[in-house]
Amino acid sequence: MKRYLIQRFAYALITLFIIVTATFLLMQLLPGTPYSNAEKLTESQRAILDAKYGLDKPVAIQYITYIGNLVQGDLGYSFQYQGRTVMSMIGDRIGPSALIGLQGLVFGTIIGLVLGIISALRHNTAVDYVSVTIAVLGMSIPSFVFAALLQYYIGVKLGWLPVALWENYQSTILPSLALSVTVIATVARFIRSEMLEVLGQDYVTTARAKGLNESGVIWKHVIRNALIPVVTMLGPLAVSIMTGTLVIEKIFGVPGLGEQFTLSILVLDYSVIMGITLLYSALFIFVVFFVDVLYGLLDPRIDLKGGSKA
Amino acid sequence: MTTIQPNDGDFKNLRSQDRPAEPSVDLFVPKPLDATVREELAAPAPTFWKEARERLFKNKGAVVSLVLLIILGAMSLIGPSMNEFTYREQHIPHSNLPPKVAGLEWLGFDGKDVNGVDQYAQRGVETNYWFGTDEFGRDLWTRVWKGTQISLFIALVAAFLDLVIGVIYGGISAYYGGRIDNVMQRIIEILTGIPNLIVIILFILILEPGIRSIILAMIITGWVGMARVVRGQMLQLKGQEFVLASRTLGASDSRLMRKHLLPNVMGPIIVTVMFTIPTAIFFEAFLSFIGLGLQAPLASLGVLIEDGYDAIRSFPYKLLIPAVVISLVMICFNLLADGLRDALDPKMRK
Repeated sequence: MKRYLIQRFAYALITLFIIVTATFLLMQLLPGTPYSNAEKLTESQRAILDAKYGLDKPVAIQYITYIGNLVQGDLGYSFQYQGRTVMSMIGDRIGPSALIGLQGLVFGTIIGLVLGIISALRHNTAVDYVSVTIAVLGMSIPSFVFAALLQYYIGVKLGWLPVALWENYQSTILPSLALSVTVIATVARFIRSEMLEVLGQDYVTTARAKGLNESGVIWKHVIRNALIPVVTMLGPLAVSIMTGTLVIEKIFGVPGLGEQFTLSILVLDYSVIMGITLLYSALFIFVVFFVDVLYGLLDPRIDLKGGSKA
Repeated sequence: MTTIQPNDGDFKNLRSQDRPAEPSVDLFVPKPLDATVREELAAPAPTFWKEARERLFKNKGAVVSLVLLIILGAMSLIGPSMNEFTYREQHIPHSNLPPKVAGLEWLGFDGKDVNGVDQYAQRGVETNYWFGTDEFGRDLWTRVWKGTQISLFIALVAAFLDLVIGVIYGGISAYYGGRIDNVMQRIIEILTGIPNLIVIILFILILEPGIRSIILAMIITGWVGMARVVRGQMLQLKGQEFVLASRTLGASDSRLMRKHLLPNVMGPIIVTVMFTIPTAIFFEAFLSFIGLGLQAPLASLGVLIEDGYDAIRSFPYKLLIPAVVISLVMICFNLLADGLRDALDPKMRK
């Protein structure tokens, strides 16, 4: 177990290092300049700015400096906002993103589980068809299309919730709802097929044969076992939430990381793009690592020592 | 599951009836087989593909999706030339006209704007714009179908390239195994550790915006899924008897791959491709929506949705129509892919 953990952790670190390097090199290839009003700068002003941001040094030196600072938790300064460090910008903006992301994830998982479980227990009935239809729609309709429609019908036409304002708790409802759609669909589909598989297992027949009542069979044997693999969905779900926040924050005017990222892309604020890219990648790698470990703990059939994952 | 398809050529020399019956040491004489009787008994063997087709056609959702996709695909080709407008031609006096179709007024295609004013009557416009016009007076019917065409094109090309790279990579990795496989798998492991949306965005930033860059950015990490599927299937097949038999009979590496391994992994490959297409359509629309997509005056579904979203309060039709089209395309591809998975892989059926 310990050896496996160390090995997985080493992989995670290597992946992260490669991402840092690749992102750094890609940023060197970016066309254009990160300075606002670059065309108005004189030759000497540019030289001063370049020196300030360390852009006058060779790429190799810049790279080493960047890695060195990164290890100490310093992501550099923003090119667009005078004197702001990337770290402080991320710190300011991570709150709203985390809030709507977690809300969407929790809400989506609960609804998805309920839908999927009911649909498996009422296999091939009208309830099942309705929930499968909801799942297919949720998988297929892009989250930003759904978000735009939510905003139009609930925000503009009905006027129930704020449209694109970030002030109180009510502002978080629509963005979280829009984020949860993909989660609902993914979880519902997944748990439904898991449930159907478990329902066909011999141990379920055994439990029924020994006279356990139906609710006991369902709760103790079926749902419990079907829930274990849901943990593996965390990785893909985290990705869909991250993808979602990039557009949904733009739509609902949420002052979060996704909105900052899309803004920075449009103005080529290198250091901020890099910082947020690294944060997203690190988060994703951490979730995958966490899922691997958790899954090994939950399902004793998986042998972590062997090194080969199921 | 897969079917075993032994190749006739390899077994030709082994047929017993070709050899004369000769008494052996233990006086065992093979009974001569009456070839005609055997042929009478043999039922026409249903091939794997025929069975799969039958299973697919029993799935109503998949059939409806297939028909709808054919219609949508056909519309994306002929739609742009069905009226006299082109996707880039601007006509400012006719800007922001709501959709109007003679005979379909009851469906909302009545030419009235959000305030209920018939814009066509008010501005004295004679021609009907079926899906309305945008702020430059460009015909949205033409633009929506042109956009569908471009979105489908991007998705199909990206899926095809993923397929080619994935099959080659996965095939080599599984076939040679050992050290080569090990190294190739480590590379894949690292690539899957990177959130692919981030990679796509970064690559789009350094490439010139356009159709080619979008496709390129999408395949940079897109092929990994396909490579994994192919490798997994190949490893499973490698150990099976018909492969050993063929190899024993002296089949070359490339013959083994072409004639025995590839036909048997076709099922999962097709299913993976079918799931790649909607993902690619989504990514294209996503990129366009955050402003990294195609440049005007080109249209894709994502570009149209982005334009429509900006005008959602006053001209909701600009968002609704492309949103409905993209959702339909995605739903159909997902349902068809589901149906194909069930048809091609009955064991996976749940």
